[in-house]
Amino acid sequence: MPQSNETHYDFSQEELLICVISRLLKGIEHVACGVSSPIPGSAALLQRKLSGGSTRVTILLSENLQFLNDGVTELFDCAAQGRIGAFFLSGGQIDGKGNINLVGVGDYPQHKARWSGSFGSGFLYFVVPRVILFREEHTRRTMVETVDFISAPGLSEPGVYRPGGPYALVTSLGHFSFDKKRGGFCLETIHPDHSLEEIQDNTGFDFTIADGLKETPVPEPELLELLRGQIAEEVADPYPKFAKVVWGV
Amino acid sequence: MIIYPDAESIAQAIPDGAQIAIPASRSGVAMAVTRALISQGRRNLHLIAAPTSGFQAEMLIGAGCVSIMESAGVTMDEQGQAPCFVRAVKTSTIELRDSTCPAIISALQAGEKGIPFIPMRGLLGSDLLRYRPDYKVIDNPFGEEDDPIVLLPAIVPDVALFNAPLADRNGNVWVGSTRELMTLAHAAKKTYVTVEKIIDDDLYKDKLRAPATIPNLYISGIAEVEKGAWPLGQPYEYNIDEPHLENYVRQAATPEGFAEYMASNVTMENRNAAE
Repeated sequence: MPQSNETHYDFSQEELLICVISRLLKGIEHVACGVSSPIPGSAALLQRKLSGGSTRVTILLSENLQFLNDGVTELFDCAAQGRIGAFFLSGGQIDGKGNINLVGVGDYPQHKARWSGSFGSGFLYFVVPRVILFREEHTRRTMVETVDFISAPGLSEPGVYRPGGPYALVTSLGHFSFDKKRGGFCLETIHPDHSLEEIQDNTGFDFTIADGLKETPVPEPELLELLRGQIAEEVADPYPKFAKVVWGV
Repeated sequence: MIIYPDAESIAQAIPDGAQIAIPASRSGVAMAVTRALISQGRRNLHLIAAPTSGFQAEMLIGAGCVSIMESAGVTMDEQGQAPCFVRAVKTSTIELRDSTCPAIISALQAGEKGIPFIPMRGLLGSDLLRYRPDYKVIDNPFGEEDDPIVLLPAIVPDVALFNAPLADRNGNVWVGSTRELMTLAHAAKKTYVTVEKIIDDDLYKDKLRAPATIPNLYISGIAEVEKGAWPLGQPYEYNIDEPHLENYVRQAATPEGFAEYMASNVTMENRNAAE
């Protein structure tokens, strides 16, 4: 929840995560983001501002923040050609090999819990170079040893056309990179007020730990000012509820 | 091309067992026709969500109209999971064909081209592919090295059904930039459209509007139905009725609640239409 705005050094979890994801988007020419992903969407808009406008942002189905006009196929065609540098995916379950499950818990098709479905993941995960997995809930329920259903695999057999795939995993506890060679996640930073033990206790899969493991950098005052001003206004267009809750705009 | 008097007459043109292609919740969904299909007791529909669905599939499934559901996702969006869909999946009362968005769109594009299948990247190593025996993997015949690729069979729906802002009296339908509706109309054997308004101008002769207009060649029938997508939104016209859907999801959490919702919404709709 948002904290007091009295000093710029207070920040909300949303603001921290936005800044973490924004750093992962550096150098990307075109970021696309789903209509129900306000934190990644805000991160993309922040990065656009920080890049001086050289990062293009498409928020799918928003009225003013997309450049596509050829129906739903265009996003996928665009991605297939490498015209989308970064995209966000999530999962009801994410496992240590980067497999994601958007379908359900238990045996298919009579799941114990059934979610909406795989959406574009079965394709976009293969072709977008920098897929950032984002799931706030970091528990053994979401971060599992092996997913019950593979909507999209983290790794492919040699010979499979795979320019894209997992690049990072961001949760409410920390930020992991994905090591394609080893085929697993590596813990890079731990968010303030959390610990390695907490992350280990809440993760169902094995992961490696970066040599220079450190605390996630807190948002600089200038970034917070930018977020609460111009970016909050921009975010309010595609994500009105989120902008209201987090920044009261 | 027939100009029908109302949503009920369009529903009557769609038979039991039809394979119906429907657009995503934000692209213009023919909800008035959907309620009419339910009140007319349509059965064994095969829904193809292009590429996802929400309240439309949810209601049809809850009312027992659907035998096969093909989609990349069924969701009530902001309101969360679709309760009747989830119940039907868990009890296997519908046959599920899970897919991914571009696979459904590509298969419809194969349909519009009159070709039997289309290749698509991705899917390899997923359980989507594992549970779709109709998807095949071949080695790219043009590749120099091994290059497995998935082939999707073309989809040629019996019917495409959607709601659009405008049509003219010749049956040309203006869809704006929701061009996936054009793909649906091109691929389907028959296309029925409810529109917010039928106008006297010829849309096809208007140079600005013609490029975003589906020519009447593809259109089997239209009907003017004001608020034809309600309680979903209609691009260029009106927003989604969130409170209505919020209330729906709360009520439909139990089969009894769903029945109550249907009793007070679907039949009332017909009573109003009959007046």
